[in-house]
Amino acid sequence: MIVFYLIPIETGLMTAITDPSAYTGSAPYLPPAPGDVSLGPFTNAVDALSQGLANSFILVVPATILSGLLGSMAAYGLTTVDWKGQIGIYMLFVAGIFIPYQAVLVPLTQFWYNVVPLRTTVESVAPMIPLLQEFHWKLIALIVTHTAYGIPICTLLFRAHYKKLSDEMVEAARLDGASITRIYRRIILPLSVPMFAVVFIYQFTQIWNDLLFALTIIQFGDASVVTQDLVSIGVSQEGTNFPLRMAAALVAALPTLLVYIFFGDKFAKGVTA
Amino acid sequence: MRNPLTVLKRLVSDSGDARTDGGTASSGTSLLSRDSIRSAPFWLPPFLLVGLFVYGAILWNVVLSLTDFQGLGDPNYGDLDFENYVVAFDGGTPSWTDYSIDPIWNATQNTVVLMVAFAIVCLALGLLLAILVDQQIRFENTFRTIYLLPMSLSFVVTAKFWLYMYDYNTGLVNIALGAFGFGPIEIVQNPDLKLAAVAFALIWQYSGYAMVVYLAGLRAIPSSHFEAARVDGASTIRMYWRVIIPQLRTATVSALVVLVVFSLKAFDFLFSMYGGYNPGPSADILATQMVREAYGNQNWAYGSSIAVVLFLMALAVVAPYIYSQYRQGQL
Repeated sequence: MIVFYLIPIETGLMTAITDPSAYTGSAPYLPPAPGDVSLGPFTNAVDALSQGLANSFILVVPATILSGLLGSMAAYGLTTVDWKGQIGIYMLFVAGIFIPYQAVLVPLTQFWYNVVPLRTTVESVAPMIPLLQEFHWKLIALIVTHTAYGIPICTLLFRAHYKKLSDEMVEAARLDGASITRIYRRIILPLSVPMFAVVFIYQFTQIWNDLLFALTIIQFGDASVVTQDLVSIGVSQEGTNFPLRMAAALVAALPTLLVYIFFGDKFAKGVTA
Repeated sequence: MRNPLTVLKRLVSDSGDARTDGGTASSGTSLLSRDSIRSAPFWLPPFLLVGLFVYGAILWNVVLSLTDFQGLGDPNYGDLDFENYVVAFDGGTPSWTDYSIDPIWNATQNTVVLMVAFAIVCLALGLLLAILVDQQIRFENTFRTIYLLPMSLSFVVTAKFWLYMYDYNTGLVNIALGAFGFGPIEIVQNPDLKLAAVAFALIWQYSGYAMVVYLAGLRAIPSSHFEAARVDGASTIRMYWRVIIPQLRTATVSALVVLVVFSLKAFDFLFSMYGGYNPGPSADILATQMVREAYGNQNWAYGSSIAVVLFLMALAVVAPYIYSQYRQGQL
């Protein structure tokens, strides 16, 4: 069984380190002959994907942090602080986890392209702010979108965590006259650190791996993220360049693979919550 | 609202946990109970964001599906009708275009076939793997890491791997078939095999998820149940079938809901596998038809109406689940 789960990745890796001119494809799962080993596909893949990789990082880091933080705040306001009717609000958050993105795509495209003047704003201030490029408006739109769609699952993960915390500390702090904000900053936030790790890993993987939102909000151009660029790589009129395509797939997957290899237990915790 | 809430409170206090949510009113925390306003700075901003982008967008999408919005320009909200739904069910040429539009039945059928096959095989395979891993505690973490590895990958990446696995000349699947004396077969573009090939790759990616959920379920069953069955002389198969599997109902339901939702999202995979909006009629699902109509053909309003159908399908699965979770005080 283990072979079944590993062999597509293993075959991809063995092909990706093969010199494309020596590639025959007769036994793609075996390592190439010593003379045919080449890092060429990888360097070519990194070249072809560098802009997409950079854009993906610009997108993923803020979106992950924002959705995690807002999810923690929502879970605190709806769990630790107790009030009537919160369960109704919370149900709307939970339902948001399961919504197929197709149900909101056309409105989102309308919103970002025709309703909010984000494009003109960014294009007018871009020359004045170092590092800000005109095409970044699409990435900003995508960051806000991914944040909004990440909040529900983050809230669910944090709420499960906050329900398990003992309420003695919170009550003691309340009796001492601490405000709700102070309790969050001094007690809840420090106790949330392990959960933040789980949430950040989950969100990082989800947002990095997404294609549909990028396809409909960024569409095309300089702001394309890595999953968009990967779709068309390695195909030309001469046929498919499998070493390049496999190398590109591995390069695009590398950030999430590294996160998974180093924090696999936290990833498992996130997906099974 | 009140009645289920009191049930919920009783459930929580019966379980004896000192939880900070519901059920605390009787234990002297009335101090905390008037805080809906003062906690608003915490839950309101995320709620507004979700409300606007998720629920606002869903409602907007419903309105858009009633317009004739097509091509470039802006939607006209003055003239709303159900024409798009008539076209979705019957096909034909609507008033907003000169071309004949495909109804949704072919894609709906493929969506359901893919969903059912994918979910059932994932659950069965996941259960089998979980039982196997459960026997060998020593390497549990290694096994779990490997089975869950595909899930950390993007659909776009797995589509590239499987496109290679299925390749006519150099694909491992055809090499393996060749070893058994079967000639190479066209898989990716073969109308008879397309949907099965997609389902198989998705099963590869997500059966590990079902395994992890089942493993947690198995661990929650007291070992006395296993021992009692053994003392009674039940065979291993009989023990699992009669004693253990019935207790995994909760795990099955929650894994099933998540898998069904994943299968509705298979768009990314199909787009990457077929390099565009059109995987062909035999692998077309509602998720791809919606995006193709809207973003490929710029039939925006028609795409929105397909999206409404897709949304209702997801709702039919998710709403009963969330309601039962709520009734059990699991939220």
